[in-house]
Amino acid sequence: MSDETNGAPGRFAIGISFGNTSSSIARINPEGKPEVIANEEGDRQIPSVLSYIDGEEYHGTQAKAQLVRNSKNTVAYFRDYLGKDFKSIDATPCHNSAHPQPHESTVAFSIVDSTNEAPSTVTVSEIATRHLRRLKQSASDYLGKEVNAAVITVPTDFSDAQREALIASANAAGLEVLQLIHEPVAAALAYDARPEATVTDKLVVVADLGGTRSDAAVLACRGGMYSILATAHDYELGGSSLDKIIIDHFAKEFIKKHKTDPREDARGLAKLKLEGEASRKTLSLGTNASLSIESLADGIDFGSTVNRTRFELLSGKVFAQFTGLIEQVIQKAGLDVLDIDEVIFSGGASHTPKIAQLARNIFSEKTNILAPSTFASAINPSELAPRGAAIQASLIQEFDKEDIEQSIHPMVTATPHLKNAIGVEITSGEAIEFKPLLNAETALPARRLAQYSAPKDGGDVLIRVCEGVREIKVTKPEPKPKEEKPEDDSDFDSDEDEEEETREIVWKTEKPIAELAVKGVKAGSKVELMVHVNTDLGLQITAREVGGQNAVRGAI
Amino acid sequence: MTTVQVVNVSLPALSEGWSAEKDFKAVGTLSGATQRNLEPVGPHFLAHARRKRHQRTFSEDERIQAQQNVKKTEEEEDDDISEDEDPMMLSRDAKDWKSQDHYAVLGLTKYRWRATPEQIKRAHRKKVLRHHPDKKAAMGDRDENDSFFKCIQKANEVLLDATKRRQFDSVDEAADVDPPSKKEVAKGNFFKLWRPVFESEGRFSKIQPVPKLGDDNSSFEEVDNFYNFWYNFDSWRTFEYLDEDVPDDNENRDQKRHVEKKNANARRKRKTEDIARLRHLVDDCAAQDERIKKFRKAARADKDKKRLEKEAEAKRLVEEKEKARLEEEQRKKDAEEAAKAEREKNKKAKEAAKNATKKNKRVLKGSVKEVNYFADGEASASQVDSVLTDVDLVISKIDAEELAGLAERLTAAGKDAAAVKNAYAEEVKRLVGAGKLKEGEAKNF
Repeated sequence: MSDETNGAPGRFAIGISFGNTSSSIARINPEGKPEVIANEEGDRQIPSVLSYIDGEEYHGTQAKAQLVRNSKNTVAYFRDYLGKDFKSIDATPCHNSAHPQPHESTVAFSIVDSTNEAPSTVTVSEIATRHLRRLKQSASDYLGKEVNAAVITVPTDFSDAQREALIASANAAGLEVLQLIHEPVAAALAYDARPEATVTDKLVVVADLGGTRSDAAVLACRGGMYSILATAHDYELGGSSLDKIIIDHFAKEFIKKHKTDPREDARGLAKLKLEGEASRKTLSLGTNASLSIESLADGIDFGSTVNRTRFELLSGKVFAQFTGLIEQVIQKAGLDVLDIDEVIFSGGASHTPKIAQLARNIFSEKTNILAPSTFASAINPSELAPRGAAIQASLIQEFDKEDIEQSIHPMVTATPHLKNAIGVEITSGEAIEFKPLLNAETALPARRLAQYSAPKDGGDVLIRVCEGVREIKVTKPEPKPKEEKPEDDSDFDSDEDEEEETREIVWKTEKPIAELAVKGVKAGSKVELMVHVNTDLGLQITAREVGGQNAVRGAI
Repeated sequence: MTTVQVVNVSLPALSEGWSAEKDFKAVGTLSGATQRNLEPVGPHFLAHARRKRHQRTFSEDERIQAQQNVKKTEEEEDDDISEDEDPMMLSRDAKDWKSQDHYAVLGLTKYRWRATPEQIKRAHRKKVLRHHPDKKAAMGDRDENDSFFKCIQKANEVLLDATKRRQFDSVDEAADVDPPSKKEVAKGNFFKLWRPVFESEGRFSKIQPVPKLGDDNSSFEEVDNFYNFWYNFDSWRTFEYLDEDVPDDNENRDQKRHVEKKNANARRKRKTEDIARLRHLVDDCAAQDERIKKFRKAARADKDKKRLEKEAEAKRLVEEKEKARLEEEQRKKDAEEAAKAEREKNKKAKEAAKNATKKNKRVLKGSVKEVNYFADGEASASQVDSVLTDVDLVISKIDAEELAGLAERLTAAGKDAAAVKNAYAEEVKRLVGAGKLKEGEAKNF
């Protein structure tokens, strides 16, 4: 952005993650760390639910509790309907809440939101506005200062119409939308903004496992800049799929005892759903979860427990779907699991330990799996998106609206990316080795610096700058299996991950670009190489001895 | 972006026979790029956007950012209000708070009376963070002595209270600037030496802002204003801070009153002294101020010029008057002389006329005598008398010119009595015609 931080005075921005199931608000605290704000009820994940009783509005957890008794006047899972017409929406998640209805070109809900008896039609935009207004209020109350701007996260497949609808809703709620950012990028940013994180080139898979849907994306992180290489979505898969397993489990137990199916009764199902979800969340932390529901069906109270092993056994298929989604997205990006340096689990369902453990098995040991069960200092997966949004909000809240718009304009964002890696070919004796310096998919213009050791006794050295490609070298067969594969290995549809094979990344020189000679290098010193690639694929290469004055320069 | 990757691989030695111009040889080109969208998120993207929008290169952008950072840190450093404590100060006793330098305790010696409440607050927070007894305990310091913390609290209490701060500032000797000696000023640098003095004294002024000492080019009004301000200085300086403690036990009321009275006297005395000191200081300054001399000289020169002008004017006036007077005199004289001449001329003419008349009268009288008074023989006395009476009558009635005419005619007539008579008769006739004589008055003619 521009250097002048004159900005809009009096702007106070937060990050908002507006999810289909739950939303979160975050800000940067005075110490400069992102912090998710709890609402007045103490919830950090605020259910995206609004409920109306006698004209009084309930929000968040209170509204969610109304799903049992007041489902007709409770609106839930409405985010995905924003900016869409009735034909293109999937109303399944709303079975036990207010049903969406077609209304002009958008979707509306028919609810009694005032003291009069007659139901009124409230458009989804209006609902979103009310929801955002409540979030804004919570944040303002917490911070003791009027919040008037926000960065909001959206899924990667959010259409322009949806973006516009969201911005309009937010503006109606008194929030200036500084920017809409993609959820996976927000998650990646939340991790990269930790003080201990270093800027490295990496390929990241962000698995966003939400309440009702799951998304996965492959990001190329090059010098701190992110490019989405591929995305995959599953609109059926999510925390609710896991809840369903628990619900079915308890329902079966209930049937066994009482011969009635509690799921047939809408209220019973709603109760089971609420409690089942709570049990599932408990199982993410503990090994046992108990459930007790008063008057589940036919006035019968129900109480039971479930342990994690049982849950994991039952959910095997669903877990496989999650891992399948991750593999699918990697395939879509034309990459191999070995290329992935980091897997970030975000979204509520990522708390489930088994999913991360399964992912651990897919990827190589070098890959970091950032989930609570596999990575000790992992950030709460539910808080990644709001934190990222808050970081972005703090970065840009100083800037003028126009400035932000100019910076996120396609003119700036659309950039050529390197097709192949650029590196240095190193010949030591017979062996030829390629050391990548700029990885593939690096956004241009780019500049990298590297230091190479000089030969032991110094002298003149040769630097061959080449383009290189990575190949997956498969060595087989090996006498002993490299690692124990978990039992659900058969669920993977990947044929390249056979037990017998050892797979590794090998760099091959594709074609040479330039040769440089640095003369008279002292023994034990280092040679510094700087490669600068322009947007038009022009190269400027500079090599010099570290601490030396004379540099060898060249341009292509 | 500038992080350097360190690759621990030795570069190959240059093979024999490799040569290129300037040691650089382009061998190939890069294969094509794929167009993708960057995610507009994160600090590095912002840097990218900045470069792209302002069309800067990496190094340019880094340089500009670095400059800005330097500026920022400079500002922050400037803002830095933390100063290390003097070890002597750390061992101070909090009970002795009156003699402590509150600014030094909070690390604000750079600012002193200029420190804003905001700065004081922040400085206090910083010091408290460092010296809080809990913190010391947590650091494993067994020393229970928290006197410096108390000092910090006392300093904060004094400095954050406007009244107490003024009392302290009034006696804050460290903020005073001693006036320069005459010798120092004699070497020049009058403004440089005196300016800080007045700046520090100015803090006591009830009227803010205080006029500046100015420089060589200050106008007379500015300098005049400056000295007027300082001679009529309205100070809020008080000396309560130096008061002796008033015993607050109720036992000895007299003692208490005595101390209070003593304090009030001391305050008054100090205040008077302070006013005298300031007056003296301003006097000194004014005495050394070259500008005043300059203005005085200029004023004197101006006055002299005016005086000379005035004198010249007066002289000119006197001269003019003199000249006018002389002219007037000359004129008078001339007029007198003219009048005299005229008069004399008139006199002569008159005399001549008189003589002529006398002569003519004599002619008239003689003419009748010549003709023997119109008598044919010896004229009788009565005849003579009547003729002469008539002649006298004619003479008395006739004016000079007519008389001359008549005399002429009579002379012409000579001894011819008829002609004489005729001449008289004619004259009488004319006189009768003119109404001067009555018919028959002159019986003889």
